[in-house]
Amino acid sequence: MPDIKLIGPNGRFVVPHHPIDKVAIEERAQTFTKRSIKKESKQAGLYLAIEMMDLTTLEGADTPGKVKTLCAKAKQPLSPLYFSILEKAKLPPIPSTAAVCVYPSMVRTAAEQLAGSGIHIAAVATAFPSGQLPLSLKLKEVDAAIKDGADEIDMVINRGAFLSGDYQTVFDEILATKEVCRDRAHLKVILETGELQTYDKIRAASTIAMEAGADFIKTSTGKVQPAATIPVTLVMLQAILDFERETGIKIGMKPAGGIRTAKQAIHYLVMVNEVMGEGWLDPDWFRFGASTLLNDVLKQIYKEATGQYFYQDLFSID
Amino acid sequence: MTKKVTKKKNKKPLAKSSVAAISKKGPATHEKNKKTSNGIKFQAYSPSLEATNIVKIPEKTQLFIGGKFVPAKSGEWMDNFNPATGKLLGQIAVGNTEDVNLAVQSAEKAYASWSKMPGIERAKYLFRIARIMQERAREFAVLETLDGGKPIKESRDVDIPLAAQHFFYYAGWADKLDYAFPGTKPSPVGVCGQIIPWNFPLLMAAWKIAPALAAGNTVVLKPAEQTPLTALLLAEVFTEAGLPEGVVNIVTGAGATGAALVAHPSVKKIAFTGSTDIGKIIARQIAGTNKKLTLELGGKSAHIIFEDAAIDQAIEGIINGIFFNQGHVCCAGSRVLVEETIAPLVINKLKKRMRSLRVGNPLDKNTDIGAINSFEQLEKIKGLVDLGKQEGGDFYESECEIPKQGFFHRPCFFSNVSSGHTIAKTEVFGPVLAIQTFRTPDEAIQKANDTPYGLAAGIWSEKGSKIHAVASKLRAGVIWANTYNKFDAASPFGGFKESGFGREGGLQGLIPYLNF
Repeated sequence: MPDIKLIGPNGRFVVPHHPIDKVAIEERAQTFTKRSIKKESKQAGLYLAIEMMDLTTLEGADTPGKVKTLCAKAKQPLSPLYFSILEKAKLPPIPSTAAVCVYPSMVRTAAEQLAGSGIHIAAVATAFPSGQLPLSLKLKEVDAAIKDGADEIDMVINRGAFLSGDYQTVFDEILATKEVCRDRAHLKVILETGELQTYDKIRAASTIAMEAGADFIKTSTGKVQPAATIPVTLVMLQAILDFERETGIKIGMKPAGGIRTAKQAIHYLVMVNEVMGEGWLDPDWFRFGASTLLNDVLKQIYKEATGQYFYQDLFSID
Repeated sequence: MTKKVTKKKNKKPLAKSSVAAISKKGPATHEKNKKTSNGIKFQAYSPSLEATNIVKIPEKTQLFIGGKFVPAKSGEWMDNFNPATGKLLGQIAVGNTEDVNLAVQSAEKAYASWSKMPGIERAKYLFRIARIMQERAREFAVLETLDGGKPIKESRDVDIPLAAQHFFYYAGWADKLDYAFPGTKPSPVGVCGQIIPWNFPLLMAAWKIAPALAAGNTVVLKPAEQTPLTALLLAEVFTEAGLPEGVVNIVTGAGATGAALVAHPSVKKIAFTGSTDIGKIIARQIAGTNKKLTLELGGKSAHIIFEDAAIDQAIEGIINGIFFNQGHVCCAGSRVLVEETIAPLVINKLKKRMRSLRVGNPLDKNTDIGAINSFEQLEKIKGLVDLGKQEGGDFYESECEIPKQGFFHRPCFFSNVSSGHTIAKTEVFGPVLAIQTFRTPDEAIQKANDTPYGLAAGIWSEKGSKIHAVASKLRAGVIWANTYNKFDAASPFGGFKESGFGREGGLQGLIPYLNF
């Protein structure tokens, strides 16, 4: 990667090349998966994973009915019938998730279901997942989603522009989207790391997104493989740390796609803890984008409480 | 290029106190998430202890001579402590001249048939030993950690697998010796006396025994008095593998035992790994005899960080270079030479990274830094750190809690030191780093070579041509580029200058065990 020269509202600035050593970063990433997280810390991690979850459905087949059940699950992941079992093991009730994440057309339904619950509504906008639409239409989509009740916008960057070296367009589009969001919605910027491929490019895209006003940076749409991985998330977390050191501004992180098991979620939490340190194990600064993770986490919590695995049929399948 | 971010918009650097204000700047709804204590509870990582009931430690150990465990003729014993608790693990036999003599005689007797055995047959024993080591890996790992204080994750993931790998690797050479050195006809040298240190007890035993046996020699091994237990477990493996009696003999003890082995007239080769002081004594002692000698001694290895390095990964390299095995590593990257332009950034990042190092019970699977090997070593480290503080330089140590019992030292570094400072010159053999700066590649090379040692060096740069240019001018036996402390049985290891001579590992590692 070269140094990237950009023009922002305050004039020219440079995103300097920040090389990443592939072998060494993957080695570090592996150390997080080797931690042995047991007992109280495991339980705390499982609860934390739920509190940090953006429960997601992003299918062509999504219907208001499907989104309603998803919202119900987000509010109450486990029937309170089972809370007595948790109580016996001195475990608290199951918390609600941080947010639900849906297409813009489903935002209104979600807003009705979640009114007063405190659960955020994230809408994937800007022609998710490809981003291949004129900017003016993307901005209209974002505005419409916010008007319908979304308070978080998960936008995709323009990978076509990025991969052709037109970083200015990538920057401008994020900046324009941020202008639309203003203080009405948090902006999460999806880099689609599976399409950028190299760690150097992922690092550069992270910095461009943060310079353009992202509140969160996010790995993937979930529609491209590979989606979130530990080393990719590590690259982005280190970019966040450097940005905070240089500007004083703290940015959140959201890995999304491919995180299906409680064990994986705990590996991510270990990474957040060890790379970012205190204060980062918090849904304000770290989210999981996931659809199937929740049930596995519930299963593990039940196991922690009883020593036995819950059979799958007792969970809601939503 | 160094980092140069041009700030835009109103994103001016903010004072620390205003960061909290920023974090609350988002939509009000974002504060609804009731804060729980889950984050704090998670951070603590509940203890995850490796069970120790898999190993039995005898109250009094015996010697392994002629394929059998036998009591020491000396009738002398010394205490063996667990450095993580300071408590007694048991007593070890201290072999005297008579014991050493019996061991050498047994090795001589075995040599007659072992050296004549076809290589392919010797290889079978070595392969068998390697496999049994893998099967009993957990026993070895637990014992290594109990005896030496190193974190279980290191004995489990590094020491034991690498030790087995050395047997696998040299097993492969046993039947190929006639083709390994074209134009020569190699033959074994005879009985080899091998003296190993306490920092990698089993691994050093494997480094020495595997090539010696592959080449057709027999062995008398003297483990370090602080850490003899895994060598004795290895003796059990030899028996289990059916290794002919006397091929490997193990005599435990301290300095006098080693001296007796070095002095024995029937020993044809001495291989020693340990301190430079003892190495010099051994070299003097065998001067003028026909004994072959290899020495793998101390180091003060330089780790050079250029401004064009992948900086976060270089930090990992620094951490691994100096804090791996509590810094009890002969090739530890104990001197960091960082380009002056990025020195403040590197120090800032290093401090932050050090906060996540977990110091504590070595049996806990989450421990990164275990116990200092012995009380004496801890005192030595503390003494050098005190001296470093007196001589000046900025001292930083990790703020972590350390256990009240046992021998522990916080990971630490001195920055702003010069080559004249003791802490930048002397081998500490502990978790203590000295950081110096340089301005140009030439200066980096000069400073890196400005040491009586020459074991290893590390270079961090994204520019391949620079790495090659610098590496070719460093006087060090092992040079790592964009990594550190990587070991492989196929790769030779050894030093320049006061770090010793001879190579262990790889094809080169066979040479000291052969006559041509």
